[in-house]
Amino acid sequence: MDFAFMRDAFLTLIGGVPLTLNLAFMAVGLGAILAMLLALMRMSGLKVLDWPAQAYVFVFRGTPLLVQIFLIYYGLGQFRPTLQEWGLWVFFREPYWCAVFALTLNTAAYASEIIRGGLQSVPYNQVEAARACGMSGILLFRRVIFPIAVRQALPAYGSEIILMVKATSLASIITMMEVTGLAAKLISQTFRAVEVFIVAGLIYLILNFIITRIIMAIEWWLSPHLRRPPAVEPRLEAAHV
Amino acid sequence: MQQLSYFELVGFGPNGWGWALLTAAGMTIAVAICGFLAGSVVGTLVAWGKIGGNLVIRSLADGYTTVLRGIPDLLVIYLFYFGGSAALGAIGSLFGADGFIGVPAFVTGALAIGIISGAYQAEVFRGAYQVVSRGEIEAARSVGMHRWLMFRRIIAPQVLRYAIPGLGNTWQLVLKESALISVTGLVELLRQSHIAAGSTRRPFDFYLTAAVLYLLITWVSTYLFQRAETHSMRGMRRAS
Repeated sequence: MDFAFMRDAFLTLIGGVPLTLNLAFMAVGLGAILAMLLALMRMSGLKVLDWPAQAYVFVFRGTPLLVQIFLIYYGLGQFRPTLQEWGLWVFFREPYWCAVFALTLNTAAYASEIIRGGLQSVPYNQVEAARACGMSGILLFRRVIFPIAVRQALPAYGSEIILMVKATSLASIITMMEVTGLAAKLISQTFRAVEVFIVAGLIYLILNFIITRIIMAIEWWLSPHLRRPPAVEPRLEAAHV
Repeated sequence: MQQLSYFELVGFGPNGWGWALLTAAGMTIAVAICGFLAGSVVGTLVAWGKIGGNLVIRSLADGYTTVLRGIPDLLVIYLFYFGGSAALGAIGSLFGADGFIGVPAFVTGALAIGIISGAYQAEVFRGAYQVVSRGEIEAARSVGMHRWLMFRRIIAPQVLRYAIPGLGNTWQLVLKESALISVTGLVELLRQSHIAAGSTRRPFDFYLTAAVLYLLITWVSTYLFQRAETHSMRGMRRAS
C-alpha cells in the first residue's frame, strides 16, 4: 500500500466531487418536480392521466439507467437534423445535459412512487378535519397533506438521493469527468486499481455519509411531535418559596 | 445505400441483427444469473456473520454491507476488471509468465455482480431470518437436530419463503447492473447494441430495442417471482 500515491490520488479525485454533486443535485431537483407531477397524475383517478404515468414508471424502472443514458446521448444523434431544426441540438449535443436529462427522467420514475406512497399515507381523518375547518384545494394541500406526506416520504427519498449520487458515476461512461471518471482514468494510467478504488470509494462514502446526516437532521426538524418534550427544569423562584 | 426499415434492421433477415441481439440477451441473462447466485452465497455467509458472529465478524459484515451499498457499482466493476488482471498478472509472473493476463470478462462480471448483490441479499436474508419464529428453532433443537440439519430442514426453507419478495427486488437490480458489465467488453445486450449502433449508424433503433428486451426480461422475471411467492405461501394462512 503506497500512501503517498493514495494521497495524490485523493487530491486528484476530489476535483471530481463538484461535478458529481452538481449532477446529483440537478437530477434530484428537476426529478422531484417531474415526480410530483407523475404522482399527481397517478392519483388523479383519471385513466387518461394515470395510464401514461404508470407506463412511464414501468419503462424507466424496468430498464438499466445506462441504456437510458445511451439512448439519449447516442440515440438522439440519429435525429440530429430534426433536433437542430427545433433548436434542441445545443442541448442534446452536450454530455452534461444528456446525463442530467437521463438521471432526471430516471429518478423521477422512482421518486414518483415514493411521493405517491407519502401522499397516500396521509390519514383521511386529518383531511376531513381540515375540510371541516373550511380548508380546501391548494390550502388543504399546502397546510395539511403536503407536510405530512413529506415527513412520511423523507426516509425513502433520502435513499433515492444516495442512489442518485451513486448513479452519477454512469455519466463517466459518456465522458463526464466526475469522481468515477477520474478514477477510471487514473487506473488506466497507473494500473493501481486497488489503491484508486479505496480512495474513490472513500470519497463516495464520505459524500453519502454527509447526505444521510443532512436527511436525518431534516427528519428530526420535521417531526417535533415525535420528540420527547424538553425537560422543564423546575424553577425555584424566590418569591414563591 | 438504401435505408433499411426498422424491422429489417432488428429482424432475422440477411441484414438483420436479430440473432445477435437475442444471443446477447441470453448472455445478459446468463451473467445476471451467475452473479445473482454468487451473490446468494456471499449474502448467506454475510447474513450468517451478522446474525451469529462475534463482535469482530459482525462489524466486518456490517462494514461490508455499508461500504458495498454506499459506493457506485461501476467502481466495483472497475476494481474487478483492472484489479483482477493485475492480480492474475502478479500470480502469473511468479510462474514465469510475462505480461498482461486478461481475466475472462464473464467471470469478472459475474464476480463483481455477486459481490455487490451479496450486500443487498445479506440484508434480505437477515430480515427474513428474523421473521422465522424462535419457537420453531427451539423445537428443532429440542428434538436433537444439530446445526446443519436444523439449517437445512427448518431455517433455510422458511428464510427462503420470506425472502422471495426481497430477492425479487435484488434480481431486478442485478439485471440492471449487468448492463454495466458492458464496460469490460463482455458482449451482452447493451454491448451488442453498441456494436450494432456503431456499424449501422442507427443508435436510437438499437438502444430502443435493447430497452424493450430489458423490459421484457424484467416483466417475465417479475411474473416468475410472483408465481414463486404464491407457490411458497400456499401453506400459509392469510390474515384477512
